[in-house]
Amino acid sequence: MSTDALRRLTATEFTLFLRDKVGPIFGVLFPTALLCVFGNIDFFTDPANGIDGQPLLHTYTPILVGFVIAMLALNTLPPTLASYREQGVLRRLRTTPVGPARVLGAQFAICLATAVVSVILLLAVARLAFDVPLPRQPFAFALSALLAALALIGIAVLVAAVTPTAKAANAIGSVLFYVMMFFAGLWLPIQAMPAVLRHVSEATPLGAAVQALSDAGAGHWPPAWRLLLLAGYVVVTALLGIRLFRWE
Amino acid sequence: MTTVIEVQELHKRYGDTVAVADVSFRVDEGEIFGILGSNGAGKTTTVECVEGLRRADGGTIRVLGLDPVRDRAELTQQLGVQLQDAHLPEKLRVGEALDLYRSFYRTPADPAALMAALGLDEIRGTRFGKLSGGQQQRLSIALALIGNPRVAVLDELTTGLDPRARRETWRLIEDVRARGVTILLVTHFMDEAERLCDRVAVIEAGRVVAVDSPAALTKRAAAELGVERATLEDAFVALTGEHADVH
Ligand SMILES: Nc1ncnc2c1ncn2[C@@H]1O[C@H](COP(=O)(O)OP(=O)(O)OP(=O)(O)O)[C@@H](O)[C@H]1O
Ligand SMILES: [Mg+2]
Repeated sequence: MSTDALRRLTATEFTLFLRDKVGPIFGVLFPTALLCVFGNIDFFTDPANGIDGQPLLHTYTPILVGFVIAMLALNTLPPTLASYREQGVLRRLRTTPVGPARVLGAQFAICLATAVVSVILLLAVARLAFDVPLPRQPFAFALSALLAALALIGIAVLVAAVTPTAKAANAIGSVLFYVMMFFAGLWLPIQAMPAVLRHVSEATPLGAAVQALSDAGAGHWPPAWRLLLLAGYVVVTALLGIRLFRWE
Repeated sequence: MTTVIEVQELHKRYGDTVAVADVSFRVDEGEIFGILGSNGAGKTTTVECVEGLRRADGGTIRVLGLDPVRDRAELTQQLGVQLQDAHLPEKLRVGEALDLYRSFYRTPADPAALMAALGLDEIRGTRFGKLSGGQQQRLSIALALIGNPRVAVLDELTTGLDPRARRETWRLIEDVRARGVTILLVTHFMDEAERLCDRVAVIEAGRVVAVDSPAALTKRAAAELGVERATLEDAFVALTGEHADVH
């Protein structure tokens, strides 16, 4: 298979991703807009209301990074993959030299690349407009974000694998999005949760991810178990996804 | 003459339903070979086994000497496929679809010529989701031929096309065959089979009930019915009589 075909396939999928608008609007613009709203509310910027002596906005920045990842993975991938299967797009590709697996690869690459752009935008606006410091341990931050993105892509593939239609995939994807965002602390930061709820949250993929991002943001490496937990989610969802996903 | 497609004692079940009981036929190089049969007779299942989309439960299939399941990588380069029902992404434009599929093949065809032959020029900027059924069908034919295949398998080639588009498509298929391409064609249209096919196989309830040229089939039907002239439709109805739906 030529590299030209791979490039063309990825470029085409990216064009469709932009045309669809859901990813660019809800995965890139919306999280940063949310940051700007929070940043203009005194409650979020006054250290007196904060956790561990820092303004709430600092606590919310990694939560919004989780929001970006979850939004892109859970709200764009499942409906796209399920509709490709439902409409026979993948089946049609099976009769060509390229095959359908590469479309999935292109989708993952687009999801990851868009997440990188969106997170950089978010961190830059947080830093420049609202004085939120950049992650003090950038490597740990990047690694945590990458593991989180891979784990959520794995979950997205599982959703697409077990749902028969694009509609169902869309519905389940967005319910999961809200559930995961709850455990990631969107409504109540994990640090402020009661102990039991906090333990549960830290065991969920996005909860673990946000905690790892907070650790890295504050300048220290997340505990090894947290990263291993995320890596475990990546491995398990990838294996299950490969087993369960059907091309038609 | 070299045999390009060889199907021997093909058998295929879906759970308890036997879709193809016993189908055998050979298609020679440069031939247009038709598959006729009632709805549910097993035509699509047969050609999907030839394409390697489905794994046969019994029998052997060779296309250009290749096993459609085992030798996929090589076969897909040489085999063009039009599926009975497969869509493209809603927002993909006609021209983009052709450029994309063109990049998949080692020695692709000229997209401009294909677009002109299938009347796709005026709609090259239209999204797939906005095309009419017949326009989608024409794009699907173009995509089957864009790889410059040595063999093309076309399932319900002209279903949904208007009379003019049908004739233009027939001409295109004849041009393609004139270049030596072997064509396996599933159709419900007797005029299409008569015009295009060198030979046809009539399939009924998963079995081949006749393989011959359309002319020979009509001649035989005329003799059996005791009439001077019979049409291919007469022959088809007579051959598929026992199992055909009663209207
Ligand atoms: N994916 C499937 N699962 C179960 N049964 C199937 C499947 N596809 C086809 N069948 C059954 O197999 C039989 C043959 O179907 P097939 O699609 O090959 O017929 P066909 O000759 O192409 O019909 P048509 O002219 O309507 O396109 C039918 O009884 C059909 O119901
Ligand atoms: Mg059919």
